[in-house]
Amino acid sequence: MSDATTQAPAEIATLSRPRGAVLLVCIAIFLTALQYTGLLPAALHRLPEALVPNFADWLDAIFNFVKDDLGLLVLTRWLTEILQWFLDVTGNLFYGKRRWPNIGPIPWTAIAAAAAVLGYYLGGWKMASLAAATFIWTALVGQWSIAMQTMSVLVIAAPSAFVIGLSLGIAAWKSPAFDRGLKPVLSVLQTLPFFTYLLPAVIFFKVGPTAGAVATTIYAIPPMILMTTLGLQKVSPEVVEAGHMSGCTKLQLLRHVYLPSARTEILVGVNQVIMLCLAMVVLTAFIGMPGLGAKLLAMMGSFKLGRSFEIGITIVLLAVTLDRMSKAWVAKQPEHFERGTPWWQRHFMLVIGTAAFVFFCIVAQFFELASEIGRRQSLSMGKEMDVAIKWFLNIEWVKASTHFMRAFVNVQILIPFRNFLLSIPTPAVILLVTAFALWLGGRRQAITAAIFFSLVALSGWWDRSMITLYSVISAVSLAMLLGLPIAILAARSEKWSKRMLLVCDTAQTFPSFIYLIPAIMLFGITDIAVIFSILIFAMVPLIRYTIEGLRTVPLEVIEAAEMSGATRMQRLIKVELPLALPTMAVGFNQAIMFAFFMVIIAAFIGTQDLGQELQRTLAGTDLGKNFVLGICVSLMALTFDLTILKWSSDRKRLLGLGE
Amino acid sequence: MTDSAPVISAKNVWKIFGNDPEGYLKKMPAGRSFDDIRSDGYIAGVKDVSIEVSRGEMLVIMGLSGSGKSTLVRCFSRLHEITGGTIEVEGQDIMSLSEKELIELRRKKMGMVFQSFGLLPHRTVLENVAFPLEMRGQDKHERRERALEVIKLVGLEGREEYFPRELSGGQQQRVGIARSLAIEPDIWFLDEPFSALDPLIRREMQDEFLRLQQLLNKTIVFITHDFDEALRLADRIAIMKDGAVEQCGTPDQIVLHPATEYVRKFTEEIDKARVVLAGTLAEDGLVGDGAPIDAGASVHSLAKLLVQDTRDAIPVHKDGALIGAMRRETALGILVGADL
Repeated sequence: MSDATTQAPAEIATLSRPRGAVLLVCIAIFLTALQYTGLLPAALHRLPEALVPNFADWLDAIFNFVKDDLGLLVLTRWLTEILQWFLDVTGNLFYGKRRWPNIGPIPWTAIAAAAAVLGYYLGGWKMASLAAATFIWTALVGQWSIAMQTMSVLVIAAPSAFVIGLSLGIAAWKSPAFDRGLKPVLSVLQTLPFFTYLLPAVIFFKVGPTAGAVATTIYAIPPMILMTTLGLQKVSPEVVEAGHMSGCTKLQLLRHVYLPSARTEILVGVNQVIMLCLAMVVLTAFIGMPGLGAKLLAMMGSFKLGRSFEIGITIVLLAVTLDRMSKAWVAKQPEHFERGTPWWQRHFMLVIGTAAFVFFCIVAQFFELASEIGRRQSLSMGKEMDVAIKWFLNIEWVKASTHFMRAFVNVQILIPFRNFLLSIPTPAVILLVTAFALWLGGRRQAITAAIFFSLVALSGWWDRSMITLYSVISAVSLAMLLGLPIAILAARSEKWSKRMLLVCDTAQTFPSFIYLIPAIMLFGITDIAVIFSILIFAMVPLIRYTIEGLRTVPLEVIEAAEMSGATRMQRLIKVELPLALPTMAVGFNQAIMFAFFMVIIAAFIGTQDLGQELQRTLAGTDLGKNFVLGICVSLMALTFDLTILKWSSDRKRLLGLGE
Repeated sequence: MTDSAPVISAKNVWKIFGNDPEGYLKKMPAGRSFDDIRSDGYIAGVKDVSIEVSRGEMLVIMGLSGSGKSTLVRCFSRLHEITGGTIEVEGQDIMSLSEKELIELRRKKMGMVFQSFGLLPHRTVLENVAFPLEMRGQDKHERRERALEVIKLVGLEGREEYFPRELSGGQQQRVGIARSLAIEPDIWFLDEPFSALDPLIRREMQDEFLRLQQLLNKTIVFITHDFDEALRLADRIAIMKDGAVEQCGTPDQIVLHPATEYVRKFTEEIDKARVVLAGTLAEDGLVGDGAPIDAGASVHSLAKLLVQDTRDAIPVHKDGALIGAMRRETALGILVGADL
């Protein structure tokens, strides 16, 4: 084929795409104008109630059929029993629940010591002190028992998610057909708001720790599957051939060649499993799971900010410790010992760790304080901090500025924007989103966008969906306004980039719930607190990917720009930003995904969107409605996800940057 | 090469990549070129190759990247399933083997060395070398003994407990070689084993390899894209292009009588005097006088004699028996690089 013929269709496609998008936008504006002049028939503004299919009832019927008639409930109740047994064991060990084997609780000093030794083994003194500090803090502020309630579920949920994810990952890698079926399910699962996980978990696995553990496990599975498949696909063909030539059977090949060679990716998966489990296990407070999350929820509900803050610190410390330790495990490479090294020397750390553990267990028999720190001995400063925070918020200029922001941003920007979004006719919004998808992604993305948003319209929850969308868009726009300059400034020097990336990495390990604390502290229970919490949550990936994109612009290109006499500004605008844009788009996409996630949690503060409705369904058994609401969020998030990622990968290929 | 039956015998072997290679090969008209096949949407990895390897022989397959040499060697060990033709290893059609029999064949008879080593990163040198023994279920003590023996053979004593990433490239390839030798294979495949190493180490490894081969005398299929390497090591060389064998013969045959234009271009830069041996130039009927020279001496090594001698024909002997005489003029022509 000659060059001319291959070029021509591509050119037509790129030419017609923006034109198509403009056309769609024009129609949307026309419809909106009609609406404002009052000429638009009401049926075109909002879908008439009568036309909304009753998805919720249909889904309910299906669920009931599966649950009762197919006997799924019997199966899950049986699984619940097993799970309950395991949770009882860990419950006993960690916080002394009165169940078999009746030996707990393990003294806090023993756990702290063992964690410190493990930390030293994985990452030297720094990691050891981080691990020790986390557990000592938790014990000293008197949160040991609730923290261990959380941990007792985590140690069941994370391994389960690991095993299930690994098995499914292997299956997906073995069978392409299974993989094709699994992929879309996974992407929906990853965008589904967590409230949607919670209700089915409650219905099938009883309220409390069992449902919490199940929801946590399911939530953490998808990345494990993806990382496993990725790791197995990346194993070098030569290593596999070496396995074949060594006479491996299929099973030997998997066990001795594939899995060990994919170690890094699998361990990265483990890290993600642990972090997602922690994030989710805190959120299961909404379905009555006791532990740190429940306590935090209660404290924030009664506006005890000092105590909330303390619990927040505990959660953050736990998150950072677990994250750093599992990451250190990923990076840890085997070291050799000289031949003839005795056993105890090869496993020196294991010996020390066990010794420390046993030592403190014995000590705790004699000293009450080493075993448990009661309420009265704890060093909690909750009350004092409450006073301090309230004093700080009452300082004249702090009060004035938060007040101003509340008033100005809310009245001048947010509310008008929201009202505008609500005033646009449904078809116009669908057209606008389709135009966006067509312009960035292409025809396929446009069709998907149109279908997805039409489904949202058909669900009958259009107005609430628009409020959700409004929160997301305004928070992400604000995050961009703040985050991009910060990132661009930081990217100018190696040192600051590193610092900023460290901050972002750390912030990303915090369970999302944490971000509500400063928002409520500063702005109280208002719309702007919602936006603020989404804003800081979404800013993290935005800053991170922008710095990454700018820092990975090839050095020769920058040097070439400098030799062409570009000023710093010219270099940034004409060279660095265009090259960094595809990577930045990935960050932008993640910011939107995070925002969709956060906006649902923020329902706790009190919003009028889908999240609020979702949270309401948790109280009942409205599985159908819960599902419809969840899918609405998922469909909106997926539309953006598909479009932006398509653009990013297209653009990368065009610039020859590779994946 | 006393055993007359070839160890590996490939007849009209085809390996085609694509959607339905078998169906395509059946329907394909004879005489399709590599490019024709590509325009049909298929890639001919190996194209109608017939080749034999005798016992104890070292066959070097050489060609540029993408010429199909790696594919061909993977057909010999059935890492690739061939599309057409037959491959017999020690008289047995390997395509007819069941999976179990194939694994058995690899566990007993075949060893392979890879370009980027293919070591298992989580195992020590000792465990890597013992891996094939472990796979066939040998007991721990025995396989340790054997592994230590081979590690010593390749000169890695004292590094048994190291992990691959703690070793240099040359050392890693020694581990690869040791692993492929652990099961005492009859047939040894080496897929560009030294290409990933830097030139100095490469030379050292080649010497090491020649030493091992003198010790073990295996049947070897060696792949390289480096003609100098091929000339140093080979009993016979097969030159491949676009999946087909262009020419197969001894090094001096290839240098003196290139079969195709492609081979001629390939050999153009070669210093022929180092490759061509006195035995090749000896003419049967010709009679020379004076002291005979050895048939195995290269023209290059005879340079001084050729220049100083005044005889027109110099007798050549092989293992003590005269096999003819070499014209001094021809040899001088090769020495100074004149066209033959």
